[in-house]
Amino acid sequence: MRAVVTVTGSDRRGIIAKVSNFLFERNVNIEDISQTVLGEQFAMIMMVDMSESSRDFAALAEELEEKGKEIGMAVRLQHAAIFDAMHNV
Amino acid sequence: MFNKTDVLETIEMIEKEHLDIRTVTMGISLLSCIRADGASTAQAVYDCVTKRAQNLVKTAENLSREYGIPIVNKRVSVTPVSLVTAAFPEKSALVGKALDRAAKELGIDFLGGYSALVHKGTADYEEKFLATIPEVLAETERLCSSVNVGSSRSGINMDAVGQMGRIVKQTAALTAARDGLGCAKLVVFCNAVEDNPFMAGAFHGIGEADTVINVGVSGPGVVQHALKFVPDADLTDTAELIKRTAFKITRAGQLIAKEAASRLGARFGIVDLSLAPTPARGDSVAHILEELGLEVVGCHGTTAALAMLNDAVKKGGVMASSRVGGLSGAFIPVSEDIGMIESAAAGKISLDKLEAMTCVCSVGLDMIAIPGDTPEATISAIIADEAAIGMINNKTTAVRVIPAPGKSVGDEVSFGGLLGRAPVMPVHGGDASKFIGRGGLIPAPIHSFKN
Repeated sequence: MRAVVTVTGSDRRGIIAKVSNFLFERNVNIEDISQTVLGEQFAMIMMVDMSESSRDFAALAEELEEKGKEIGMAVRLQHAAIFDAMHNV
Repeated sequence: MFNKTDVLETIEMIEKEHLDIRTVTMGISLLSCIRADGASTAQAVYDCVTKRAQNLVKTAENLSREYGIPIVNKRVSVTPVSLVTAAFPEKSALVGKALDRAAKELGIDFLGGYSALVHKGTADYEEKFLATIPEVLAETERLCSSVNVGSSRSGINMDAVGQMGRIVKQTAALTAARDGLGCAKLVVFCNAVEDNPFMAGAFHGIGEADTVINVGVSGPGVVQHALKFVPDADLTDTAELIKRTAFKITRAGQLIAKEAASRLGARFGIVDLSLAPTPARGDSVAHILEELGLEVVGCHGTTAALAMLNDAVKKGGVMASSRVGGLSGAFIPVSEDIGMIESAAAGKISLDKLEAMTCVCSVGLDMIAIPGDTPEATISAIIADEAAIGMINNKTTAVRVIPAPGKSVGDEVSFGGLLGRAPVMPVHGGDASKFIGRGGLIPAPIHSFKN
């Protein structure tokens, strides 16, 4: 299953390393990473494939949220389908 | 494929602009629950609803987590109870109370369908059913009631209109300690729809399948935010932008509706495109109209702005969903929209302007507090006026007014939560009781004869 991880916040040092390592440990494959700056905010967007993931969706989403708190960033995991639905005709 | 701008736009809509799925409503047919008497029917109804909807809340919460979009309300609508209790109408309250208990058991805030459809005539059993409404609304918490008194095909049942004026007053009196809260759960319709997911007017029509999922989307804040970026655009371009925004909002609703129906073993019914406000700032339909260039909602120009908004929302929404239905328009409940509350409190919007607005949008005079001493014939006359607008214009209209006991213009009623608060608005003097007292049926309009 394809999902999207988004990380937003003010800090950017080591964020990619921390989040990708976290996903690697759970066997979640990162297919694409992009980053951008929104005003003062840093935003990172990862397309991930969860088909081999060692966690189910709810558990991974919760762990990512916790990880976000630990690194002082907002981290979300969402089904890719919501973005497909809203932005493609 | 989507790009990073799309991802961030969606997140911004959800986190800053109040984009949400307003309601996932399960429609349940109760026709198979009819037994020989009131008590056993009530038990069958309770068992049926708590079984079929047992996973509704959990499923909606899971969907919300997975797609990252809040689902604010989980609700149930049922077959109009007057049909279920037709053989023992005086026992209807037993079924009403069983439904209220079922709603508590399921953990949902509202359950709709304590309803009757009397648009062409009131049967004996319906007459007795209607008489139970005030007491049932006073003795239940989560049950909502609606009555259809007219339609474009059949005309307006003025006997029922007269009766509903009395019922609204009685409901207010029985819930006087809570500012007439019962009336906030009672809607009088013309052209009621069978698949409306929104409360208080939801019921599960008899033309529907056994168990159906209907979804109401929202997002006034998203539309308002989008308009902020085009302060000088002309109205053609503005309508286009609203259309595009409505498309995105509705697609989220369509996705959730299909997925919820599949997980709950129900049919996917419809997506209702209505822009539904809440009392929260940044979630107001009135503020969209003001963003379009009106100083305050209610001033001249409001009807035109609302017509454009409502039409653009529908055009975007229809493109986005395979099954559109329900009420699908822009809601303007006075107590549930911060812009409407402020305009009413400042005396900038009148009942007359609200009535004009209902000609171009759904759904009617909604959540309006009026003086507690408003005569029942005046309430009936307000209902008749709204029903006439619906009948002639082939659209759904409704009245949900609260004659706030002991309160007059300048006072305020407060219900809290999604029902919000409302300043008491003045109604016209002048007696309509002779007109209402005539009763009978206002015949169907000439343009209803299409066969």
